[in-house]
Amino acid sequence: MATASNFIVGVYGDDDIVLKAVKNLRTSGVKIHEVFSPFPIHGIDEALGYKHSRLPKAAFMFGALGFSLALIMQFWMMGYDWQMIIGGKNFASLPPFVPVTFELTVLLSALGMVGTFMVASDLKPYKKPKIFDVRITDDKHVVAINLAENKLSKEEISHLIAGTGAEEVNEKSFE
Amino acid sequence: MEVVSSVRTPLVTGAKTVGDVTQDICVRVEAKPPKTWFMAIAVSLALLAVGTYTLFFTLWDGIGVWGLNKTIGWAWDITNFVWWVGIGHAGTLISAILLLFRQKWRMSINRAAEAMTIFAVICAAFFPLVHMGRLWLGFYWVLPLPNTFGSLWVNFNSPLLWDVFAITTYFTVSLVFWYIGLIPDFATIRDRAKNKVSAAIYGALSFGWTGAAKDWSRYESVSLILAGLATPLVLSVHTIVSFDFATSVIPGWHTTIFPPYFVAGAVFSGFAMVLTLMLITRKVYKLEDYITIQHIEYMNIIIIVTGSIVGIAYLTELFMAWYSGVPAEQYAFLNRATGPYWWAYWTMMTCNVISPQLFWIKKIRTSLWATFILSIVVNIGMWFERFVIIVTSLHRDFLPSSWAMFYPTFFDVGDYLFTFGFFFTAFFLFAKFFPVINMAEVKSIIKSTSSSDKAIK
Repeated sequence: MATASNFIVGVYGDDDIVLKAVKNLRTSGVKIHEVFSPFPIHGIDEALGYKHSRLPKAAFMFGALGFSLALIMQFWMMGYDWQMIIGGKNFASLPPFVPVTFELTVLLSALGMVGTFMVASDLKPYKKPKIFDVRITDDKHVVAINLAENKLSKEEISHLIAGTGAEEVNEKSFE
Repeated sequence: MEVVSSVRTPLVTGAKTVGDVTQDICVRVEAKPPKTWFMAIAVSLALLAVGTYTLFFTLWDGIGVWGLNKTIGWAWDITNFVWWVGIGHAGTLISAILLLFRQKWRMSINRAAEAMTIFAVICAAFFPLVHMGRLWLGFYWVLPLPNTFGSLWVNFNSPLLWDVFAITTYFTVSLVFWYIGLIPDFATIRDRAKNKVSAAIYGALSFGWTGAAKDWSRYESVSLILAGLATPLVLSVHTIVSFDFATSVIPGWHTTIFPPYFVAGAVFSGFAMVLTLMLITRKVYKLEDYITIQHIEYMNIIIIVTGSIVGIAYLTELFMAWYSGVPAEQYAFLNRATGPYWWAYWTMMTCNVISPQLFWIKKIRTSLWATFILSIVVNIGMWFERFVIIVTSLHRDFLPSSWAMFYPTFFDVGDYLFTFGFFFTAFFLFAKFFPVINMAEVKSIIKSTSSSDKAIK
């Protein structure tokens, strides 16, 4: 069990209590590994000190890529590579290219952002998730604290968690 | 912490707890489906079988089996295409636009509405694909792929090609949006799974979701941006579909009002189809606490608004035809209302303009039976709208010697039935194997809404 990491797991029944608990634990100097919940809790990322996600930037970059590729593709194909006379009109002009440019901007932006999200959060079909408590996806909120990341002892942390309104304090270790 | 007025009617009734939501929704995935479900899927599979037969001959013999003629080269196929795309507008509108407007009542209905959108768009795409005749070569005709014809590219000036991009993008983005929302709910089913097979399947579908705060934070920004991207996308799809007609020179098609008019009509028919399906799902799966009369009333109000926009668009078209002073335009509209297809025109007018106005009466818009019947009436009307626009504008050609009528054949009807069979089969399978209500989202509002429920009682 040399590589095992040991966690203290506080189980909470209410999202407001867990939000307060996170704030209190952090002011007591406990380093929280992660909080797990069945639904997004408003303000938990600020309480945990997480930075704002950079996914909006990724979405913009992919959108800009889609926009440029769409325009380059259309102007190159219609105006340069194989010119066709259609109703005596210009080989290439901007207005008819607007719909496809718009669609490809949206498409690449959406797919690129979601792909980035999958990679960043390491979501994949064959992933074996680390489940701290099976009730997380039902109705319980869990605060997981990695003992290796904290200077405080197991007992001290358990005591602190119990004082924040946790319903249960459990131990959990992963290989 | 958020403060919700105790005067506001609860979105979820029955004083549910977070655990109740999991139980209520998951049990429908885990338990054996009710008898009504088997009956429903049997009927839709029978439709699919009839449709598969006609589809086979449509592909084997070519689209000559349809009732098209030299004058009317577009009829049922494109009518059905536009109709299905229109139906496919409600799901993403509910989940994207209502998310941006922070309308929490969307949460009980968005999952099923999005599923419906995805299936409807597949049904829509079926018609242009079949219309290509040799659809296995279709990739070269619709996508800019390098090919052996000297790289003769697709024509980017053509609205039909814009359609390809619009429908594909809409389908892909809707699918991704829907799936992202499903991931946390699949994880719930995975963690409750009693046997290894469903644990493995839902485990793979849930992508290893654990509900970590970091992931939720990313999830929320992804949802918000997808909603922001999907909103103009929803509006663009039917706009581009309407360009198929509006950019042509056919009297009756050549109008600038088409894009907004088509979008309103699409939302109108989409909400009607959502209501038809939700009323059945609600009854079969006993979801009365989650999809309340209030949800139905809100959707009916959207039907009044969009139905009235459609009504005004019809009147504007008539006015513009008269005011334009163009004899061809004037004739096209006079012929719609009084020509050989007068019955289609007046069916459209009755179903789309008059029937939704009944929802001004509170008793009617909160009645399940009235809503169910009117939701079907609206979709009949919207089918006739497209039929009127397409067939009556074409059947009086520029030369009177080319004037013709359109008569559907067995294969026109059968191919339409095929899409119905597919649509309902897919929807019923979805209702069995997928969580029909977005559990994670409903859980996030359950505390505020349940306490107001208790306060009222």
